[in-house]
Amino acid sequence: MHVPDGFFNLAVSLSAGVVAAAGVAVCLRGARRELDDRAAPMAGLVAAFIFAVQMLNFPVAAGTSGHLLGGALAAILVGPYTAVLCITVVLAVQAFFFADGGLTALGVNITLMGIVTVLVGWGVFKLIAPRRPPAVVAASFVAALVSVPVSALVFTLLFWIGGNAPIEVSTVAAAMGGVHVLIGLGEGAITALTVGAVLAVRPDLVYGARRLAPALTLRTADGEVPVAGAAAGGAPRPARPGGFMVAGIVVTALLAGVLSFFASASPDGLERVAQDQGFGSAAVDHALGSQPFADYGEAGGVPVGVAGVIGAGVTLGVGGGLFLAVRRRRPKAQV
Amino acid sequence: MNAPPSPSPSPSPSRSPSPSPPSLAVRSLAYAYPDGTQALYGVDLTIARGERVALLGPNGAGKTTLVMHLNGILTAGHGSVSVAGLPVRPDTVKEIRRRVGLVFQDPDDQLFMPTVRDDVAFGPANMGLRGEALDHRVKHALDRVGMLDVIDRAPHHLSFGQRRRVAVATVLAMEPEILVLDEPSSNLDPFSRRELGEILRGLDITLLMVTHDLPYALELCERSLILSGGVIAADGPTRGVLADAELLAAHRLELPYGFAPPT
Amino acid sequence: MGAGHHHRIFRPGDSVVHRLPPECKIPALAGFVLVVVATSRECMWAFGVYALLLAGVAVAARVPAGFVLKRMVIETPFVLFAVIIPFIGLGERVEVAGLSLSVEGLWAAWNILAKATLGVVAGILLAATTEPRAMLLGARRLKVPPLLVQIAMFMLRYMDVIVDEMRRMRVARESRGFTPRDIRHLPVVARSAGALFIRSYERGERVHLAMMSRGYAGAMPMADGPGASWRQWATAAALPAAALVVAVAGSLW
Repeated sequence: MHVPDGFFNLAVSLSAGVVAAAGVAVCLRGARRELDDRAAPMAGLVAAFIFAVQMLNFPVAAGTSGHLLGGALAAILVGPYTAVLCITVVLAVQAFFFADGGLTALGVNITLMGIVTVLVGWGVFKLIAPRRPPAVVAASFVAALVSVPVSALVFTLLFWIGGNAPIEVSTVAAAMGGVHVLIGLGEGAITALTVGAVLAVRPDLVYGARRLAPALTLRTADGEVPVAGAAAGGAPRPARPGGFMVAGIVVTALLAGVLSFFASASPDGLERVAQDQGFGSAAVDHALGSQPFADYGEAGGVPVGVAGVIGAGVTLGVGGGLFLAVRRRRPKAQV
Repeated sequence: MNAPPSPSPSPSPSRSPSPSPPSLAVRSLAYAYPDGTQALYGVDLTIARGERVALLGPNGAGKTTLVMHLNGILTAGHGSVSVAGLPVRPDTVKEIRRRVGLVFQDPDDQLFMPTVRDDVAFGPANMGLRGEALDHRVKHALDRVGMLDVIDRAPHHLSFGQRRRVAVATVLAMEPEILVLDEPSSNLDPFSRRELGEILRGLDITLLMVTHDLPYALELCERSLILSGGVIAADGPTRGVLADAELLAAHRLELPYGFAPPT
Repeated sequence: MGAGHHHRIFRPGDSVVHRLPPECKIPALAGFVLVVVATSRECMWAFGVYALLLAGVAVAARVPAGFVLKRMVIETPFVLFAVIIPFIGLGERVEVAGLSLSVEGLWAAWNILAKATLGVVAGILLAATTEPRAMLLGARRLKVPPLLVQIAMFMLRYMDVIVDEMRRMRVARESRGFTPRDIRHLPVVARSAGALFIRSYERGERVHLAMMSRGYAGAMPMADGPGASWRQWATAAALPAAALVVAVAGSLW
């Protein structure tokens, strides 16, 4: 779903843009570490792959079909930093070269479909920490499955703060959540099967399984020689997942903080009109009306910025709880 | 099967040893890929300046792996490679890549820029050429392969044969010491194949051509090597190599149907 | 929603709009859309003026209306969403042709439709008048991080190659009697996706090798003309400036 212009108010669009820019900046540094000077061509080809794969429609249930978002898939295959860049470029190319997705909504789209899906997908995958190929496939399924509804929840959160439609936020959450759990099942299945297919043929290409590769020896006239450090084009060096998670939490907190700052500082078009026209009581029925964010500055004594951080924390917590539950179910032998 | 007419021997530059170091010297080169597959088991070969040599071998013989070592894309697990006397090492790799012009099998891999002009300019611009000098270099290289008129086109709008010729130009623009072509005749229709052959024969340059198109080797190269099982299994005049039916059969090489082995 | 995304929109031409450097055009259109999004929805006439402004750009660029209309299908899912809002919206309701609709919902639907449509048309005009290579150069001059520009460059170069590979794989599947109908066929589709990834990745490696072979050291040299002139900046700025005047007038009305 590429959000068009005008779907969210200006404050949300711009602050999501700030968040997207911050997230992409972090990933630009990280991708150089993941891929050194191969970053540009590899990420470019993977972006083209994601673009192509998003055209694959798969049947979800009778009569409906979904298509891949690809965030979790890209994160597991090429690593989280590169994945965010790939999806960012796919979205930017779609917006600028194909007029798909609004120019002012690019920040929202990158945040939802790039940063959140990759962050959640990779986070789930790392917490499960699979050690064997079948576990990698299972973890891919769970990671992709969780990433889609969480992305939908963040969409709902943005909608709550600055959606341009007077719909009960619980209706949006239920509709988005319900549909996206189904889509998530499809996303999970196709991600897991794709990762499995790559693992079967080129296990060295699956970033999430790169530590499963065996050591390398060379047979020569002088007997077996161990190879120190792979040559150019060899296995990627281990990255620091801890850094990525910290960056992710910072970006999420930034998202929440910046958004609520804007939400509190500038009333959107509707509320301003409501004030101008003097039907302030009607404004209470606006999407935000019954929510803490509708009151600028404070909500029940809690500063809005703090409320926003808490809201985002709850969202992360939902994802976190899910993957912890999954992880615990794994037999000890595998951990 | 349209067998080409009996090929005429190319005007052969002499194989007499030149005073300068050989264009290419490979010594007991061995290599295994990160996935554990070993491709080379100790390759030795020397190519003198001005020679045109065909590297023959069945699929999976390690030809592409060997080629990747010639300009330091892969670094020797064991053994050494030197180009015009300069050994391939991490600190020399920049100069090595200027000296060794590698033309890949799939021109789509080689032509990655938005236009032909950008693509041919890529190498010389990385070497520091700018402005007028760069422009002249680009046009000269395209002219040598007869592709000057497509200079402003996008690579994916060209025919396959045109793309392969532009790929050769991208490398010629770097004025290399040795031109290395990976399967130059693959996927070409007979006409484009002959055109490319004429262009290659007209270039005054040391040439190493990796192929299993044996008539093409005979047409363009006076000397042939057979790489098989990760080692050099034969080395001699192309005519002699191709006339030895047993040798060819032993290394899964075959002349096309109806093609008379040279005598 | 995937199908149809991959049709390039660029229409070669030689109009004022085509000749404007992309580093002027991109901010001009983005600025225009920002003003549109910021405009209060009650100010209906302002959206009419915005539409006229875009129509003016289209005429100057010689982009036919039919062309723009055909590309607007991309908006469809959100049109459907907008149509639903008045039915499920909250607040005061009004009877229209026997249907009970939310007043607030009608406003919201109008707001989304008007702004999204203007945004899509602006995007179509930008993409239709800017050659992809020029767009990349424009992004570079606008100080977009070089790595992002390079990734976009490679994506644009190899997008068609990879989509073609995918199409060939589908033809190969279908010519052996396979058509995906339900969920049980997912593994086959996914295996194709896996194979496609391996091909894309390996091509990326080969492209990287080809770049290394020609001395790549992190920068992509691309011949670049002189920067935009003040006159070009002024021409491009006319669109967002006009929109801003309309928006300000609208809010003071």
